[in-house]
Amino acid sequence: MNNLPDPPSPSLTPTTPAVHAEGLTVARGPRTVLRHLGFTVPRGRITGLLGPSGCGKSTLMRSIVGTQAKVTGTLNVLGRPAGHPTLRSRIGYVTQAPSVYDDLTVRQNLDYFAAILDPGRAAAERRHHHVTQAIADVDLTSHADTLAGNLSGGQRGRVSLAVALLGTPELLVLDEPTVGLDPVLRRDLWQLFHDLAATRGATLLVSSHVMDEAERCHRLLLMREGEILADDTPEALRTRTGTDTVEAAFLRLVDEAADADRTKESTR
Amino acid sequence: MSPSPLSPVSTISPTAPTTGPGALNASRTAATAARVLRQLRHDPRTIALMILIPCLMLILLRYVFDASPRTFDNIGASLLGVFPLITMFLVTSIATLRERTSGTLERLLAMPLGKADLIAGYALAFGTLAVVQSALATGLAVWLLGLDVTGSPWLLLLVALLDALLGTALGLFVSAFAASEFQAVQFMPAVIFPQLLLCGLFTPRSHMHPALEAVSDALPMSYAVDGMNEVLHHPDMTATFLRDVLIVAGCALLVLGLGAATLRRRTA
Repeated sequence: MNNLPDPPSPSLTPTTPAVHAEGLTVARGPRTVLRHLGFTVPRGRITGLLGPSGCGKSTLMRSIVGTQAKVTGTLNVLGRPAGHPTLRSRIGYVTQAPSVYDDLTVRQNLDYFAAILDPGRAAAERRHHHVTQAIADVDLTSHADTLAGNLSGGQRGRVSLAVALLGTPELLVLDEPTVGLDPVLRRDLWQLFHDLAATRGATLLVSSHVMDEAERCHRLLLMREGEILADDTPEALRTRTGTDTVEAAFLRLVDEAADADRTKESTR
Repeated sequence: MSPSPLSPVSTISPTAPTTGPGALNASRTAATAARVLRQLRHDPRTIALMILIPCLMLILLRYVFDASPRTFDNIGASLLGVFPLITMFLVTSIATLRERTSGTLERLLAMPLGKADLIAGYALAFGTLAVVQSALATGLAVWLLGLDVTGSPWLLLLVALLDALLGTALGLFVSAFAASEFQAVQFMPAVIFPQLLLCGLFTPRSHMHPALEAVSDALPMSYAVDGMNEVLHHPDMTATFLRDVLIVAGCALLVLGLGAATLRRRTA
């Protein structure tokens, strides 16, 4: 399972963070969706990206993966500028809506994406192993030969996640991976995320608008209207705001920001 | 913190070779073609419709012109070139539109897949299907329905195959401008019907209004039908036939290139 190659020179790898942004701005049409963001995502940890829907979480994730147009400022991913061709096999990305072929079985879907990541006949055995492992990771072994279109919404989401796990990526960017899942599955997936970080050394960036999931992250980025409100650990956030839960901390920060906006407007 | 181009990132172990723009990776192309065919295999009704409808139309045509076999020869031969173009246009435009809207295209382009691999994969898969379709239709027309060709039926098949490739290319290109499957289907009359009217199927192109004749000179389907008629009337490969075939093939490649330009790794 843990067949990640040893880092070539361990002294160098930890010095570059998984993601580093400075003055990151993204425009979509006439609207500025992300405004001058600066943050760092450390390696080997789970970083939660939280905020109300429409605040720019998906745009930020697409920028990191390199599929977002009109990105300005500095955005380095695994030591390279975001979207660099060599990053394409090192990042696993799960979009909000499951992106799999409905008219293929679970295994056929994974077989295809595996063949793109690790092509050639020589790699066939390794691919087969990776595909079987990924299906087991998301607990779909009993559905391996079911057409993706015949699965439930939550199951299709897990197929999409399994695709992102192929090829043991160093960075996993997961856009709301637990939406619509029952509590048991949600717990199992978070267990898997922690396993990936702990045993495979993977970095995870997970977005969610469910605040109780925030408590399971090592670090949090709280977003509101295209800006980052806070970049801290869950404990530090709770202490700083004098609250008991991340949810309460987030609400307090949002209220403070809204108050600040109002005073700015009234003094104008 | 922000790594300069000379930062230690160069120590990262080389990943699987990513194909540069234009370069084809045979394994990834083959995997894509196999995947497209596998998707179709789960949809036997589509395959049956694609293969059988041209044959049924030829049978219909044969008995519509029961009293004038010469007319059947002319129109039948032209239609052998038109059918594959229309079917492949429809199938490709819908298939690639689905790829765009389901998010699988974004996922593939975030992976180390070259655009050329994707397009060649589609062309290969639908080209294979077109060979089967054209072979059946040509065989039926020549041997069972008594279509009278002076030249070799193999040349008919060659033109039919190039037409199919042109249809695939046009479908791929047009799918970039369709936001839904409804729109994609409406592009069929918009792109195909004018060519059908101007290709010389209903009246010789030299009898048209000079302005329309000039337009028909610029449309690829005119050369597809011209090529079929050359085979119909001449025992050997003529210079005109060669010109027609080269023009159709050139158009197909040109439009495939345009289609590749509509696949963007970064989107708004």
